[in-house]
Amino acid sequence: MEVGQMQRTWVEYTKSLFREGFLDGQFTQLQLLQDESNPDFVVEVVSLFFEDSERLLNDLTRALDQQIVDFKRVDAHVHQLKGSSSSIGAQRVKNACIAFRNFCEEQNSEACLKCLQQVRQEYCLVKNKLETLIRLEQQIVAAGGSIPIEELSFQGYKVKL
Amino acid sequence: METCNCVEPQWPAEELLMKYQYISDFFIALAYFSIPLELIYFVKKSAVFPYRWVLVQFGAFIVLCGATHLINLWTFTIHTRTVAIVMTIAKVLTAVVSCITALMLVHIIPDLLSVKTRELFLKNKAAELDREMGLIRTQEETGRHVRMLTHEIRSTLDRHTILKTTLVELGRTLALEECALWMPTRTGLELQLSYTLRPQNPVGYTVPIQLPVINQVFSSNRAVKISPNCPVARIRPFAGKYMPGEVVAVRVPLLHLSNFQINDWPELSTKRYALMVLMLPSDSARQWHAYELELVEVVADQVAVALSHAAILEESMRARDLLMERNVALDLARREAETAIRARNDFLAVMNHEMRTPMHAIIALSSLLQETGLTPEQRLMVETILKSSNLLATLINDVLDLSRLEDGSLQLDLGTFNLRAVFREVLNLIKPIASVKKLPVTLNLAPDLPEYAIGDEKRLMQTILNVVGNAVKFSKEGNISITAFVARPESLRDLRFPDFFPVPSDDHFYLRVQVKDEGLGINPQDIPKLFTKFAQNQSLATRNSGGSGLGLAICKRFVNLMEGHIWIESEGLGKGCTAIFVVKLAILECSNESKHPFMQKGPANHGQTTFSGLKVLVMDDNGVSRMVTKGLLVHLGCDVTTVSSSDECLRVVSLDHKVVFMDVCMPDGFEVAIRIHERFTKRHERPLIVALTGNANKVTKENCMKVGMDGVILKPVSVDKMRGVLSDLLEHRVLFEAM
Repeated sequence: MEVGQMQRTWVEYTKSLFREGFLDGQFTQLQLLQDESNPDFVVEVVSLFFEDSERLLNDLTRALDQQIVDFKRVDAHVHQLKGSSSSIGAQRVKNACIAFRNFCEEQNSEACLKCLQQVRQEYCLVKNKLETLIRLEQQIVAAGGSIPIEELSFQGYKVKL
Repeated sequence: METCNCVEPQWPAEELLMKYQYISDFFIALAYFSIPLELIYFVKKSAVFPYRWVLVQFGAFIVLCGATHLINLWTFTIHTRTVAIVMTIAKVLTAVVSCITALMLVHIIPDLLSVKTRELFLKNKAAELDREMGLIRTQEETGRHVRMLTHEIRSTLDRHTILKTTLVELGRTLALEECALWMPTRTGLELQLSYTLRPQNPVGYTVPIQLPVINQVFSSNRAVKISPNCPVARIRPFAGKYMPGEVVAVRVPLLHLSNFQINDWPELSTKRYALMVLMLPSDSARQWHAYELELVEVVADQVAVALSHAAILEESMRARDLLMERNVALDLARREAETAIRARNDFLAVMNHEMRTPMHAIIALSSLLQETGLTPEQRLMVETILKSSNLLATLINDVLDLSRLEDGSLQLDLGTFNLRAVFREVLNLIKPIASVKKLPVTLNLAPDLPEYAIGDEKRLMQTILNVVGNAVKFSKEGNISITAFVARPESLRDLRFPDFFPVPSDDHFYLRVQVKDEGLGINPQDIPKLFTKFAQNQSLATRNSGGSGLGLAICKRFVNLMEGHIWIESEGLGKGCTAIFVVKLAILECSNESKHPFMQKGPANHGQTTFSGLKVLVMDDNGVSRMVTKGLLVHLGCDVTTVSSSDECLRVVSLDHKVVFMDVCMPDGFEVAIRIHERFTKRHERPLIVALTGNANKVTKENCMKVGMDGVILKPVSVDKMRGVLSDLLEHRVLFEAM
């Protein structure tokens, strides 16, 4: 595939991610921070996010598996996950975390388990999407092109209100 | 002749006489011998005879007398000389003893007599004591009765029970035929028969209170005997044969709470009395004794006390019930109010978050868009979008902060701005809508209007926009003219509004803006309501114009904050209206160079664009957040050190670091700030501490301020925001983002 086409694919894909609410404005900020002095910024952050989230999700599973659930710990973990996901712009994960925290406050273990499921699901989805996106970017760079961030133009963007 | 020593008795002539003498002597002797025996016997029997030796003496005397008489028996016939000698001895002895006894009796008889007197005296005394004992016993009986009665009366606090018990107990104690209580009616002019001992028909029977017998009873506090025929006593048909029993009446004071002053005792003149009438059984010939009357008086007093206690208790119970009711109602009202406040706060908090998110996206992306390559038309469009969305964001903030406005905790964001530019912007914003409605809008700015002024630009623009917007909204046709000029102090004083006191000064001026339209106008009576929240003039024509009715209320508050005044004049419906407001703005002294950076306040060219080499410390326990914040700061050229725990932070922080960004959701976030303050005491040398938080609430902000942080920023942070934050921070050394 030639560079132009790959770039267009990338643009479309990114727009769709925004449209479907997987990512929000914060991700764009991250993309902005990537420049010549910091060419792999996004990849680094995203990888760190994956590591952190996997760890947190495992911790959460273990904590909710206990006979007597320590909701404070669960809440702390969810708070971390919420922080990470909002820093990276993973909107759906963040929203799921917010709902999760509410159930933690109510100390409802049934609902918490359901929320964990949800968060895990959203995380898997966004992980897939981000991996695809990064692969695309790597392909573009390998082919000698540059990531066309400027082309995320105003028209195609709909804010989910 | 030989003389013979025999004594010749003279027998024959007096023989009968001799015989009688003989017999008498015999009996005398007998008696004389038996008396001492008797005496000894009886004295032996009694233990108390004090004169034993007298007895012996007397006994001796009597025995000797007896002996004498006995021996005399032998002398009636011829007797020997021995007998004569014995007789003589006996007589001599007798004489001696009897003389001694006679002498002794002179002493003894007075004694014996006095014993008798003493005995009489003691008997009298005993009788007296008996009488007194009887009296004491009766008194004690009376006392016991009274105590028992009082106990019965006082054992209840119910008025009816008290009175009934009194009558019953009195009836029992004194064995009365009838006992009745007359209470004064409410008018106070009559006495009504309220309680009787035996049930009978005429209860409710009244007598006038001014009867002489009643007055007599009421005027004394003693029980008074009254005639059985008087109206108060004639309450049953007379059933006995002879005489009705004696009747006694006593007054019972009815004390009222109001009779008792703090320092006085109740006055006699204001008392009301009830009358208690007691009747002894008829045909019993019983009479009223003094102790019975006393009993009755005491009981009457006790009843009065018990009744007043009952009355006081009733009052206090009533008051307590009322109070409880009120308390419950107040509690309910308070809980409702609290619920309402909580609901409102929750609503505000949720709306806060929900509204800000998309606004943030719009503003962030628009500002980003501005930095990309755009054609000039595109750039203009994006700028308008940005300005509108900034205005909208401010509006949202202000709507949500209405409560803060009302608290008075809102403060103006003062800054230098271009005054004329504000009007031009308003015009640009309103022109599209006005042209759709075909309403020409003209703007007249006085030539002496300063170019720059110091004030709250956003809120001034909001006010002007609101007023002009109203003019456009409520006009179907006609011209809309906006005039702005500097108000002269004299003209201000002429305005004479009740809470507007313009104070002229050298560094401030009063901006007066008038917006006149030829639209629907307002009824002069409705003008005061305009500035109240949510009250909109609901005439048929305006029903479709929408709007929440908050606009003018907010404007009024802003104008008040700017120490000004806003009002509306209209001559009536269909005659258009003019909205006028005056605000106080500070004059910009052009010679002051330090204010220059404020001149162009646009998002793109704000202060420094890079902060090369600025040493910054970032503390965040979330790896991703940390990396993102570091990336942001590195992009802006800072030299960033990151730490992930408070201990590490305290170890690493030094005077080289100019700013410390810390995530305050960490457990020891606030602690670290305190420690840093302790370590670096000189303010201008210590690193500035800025909190990063995802919580946009007052509590977090207050906590940060309490700990001594220099700034608080809401996550997530865009590049521009971070840039702006760093500039402001380094300029002013303090930054508090409005939350």
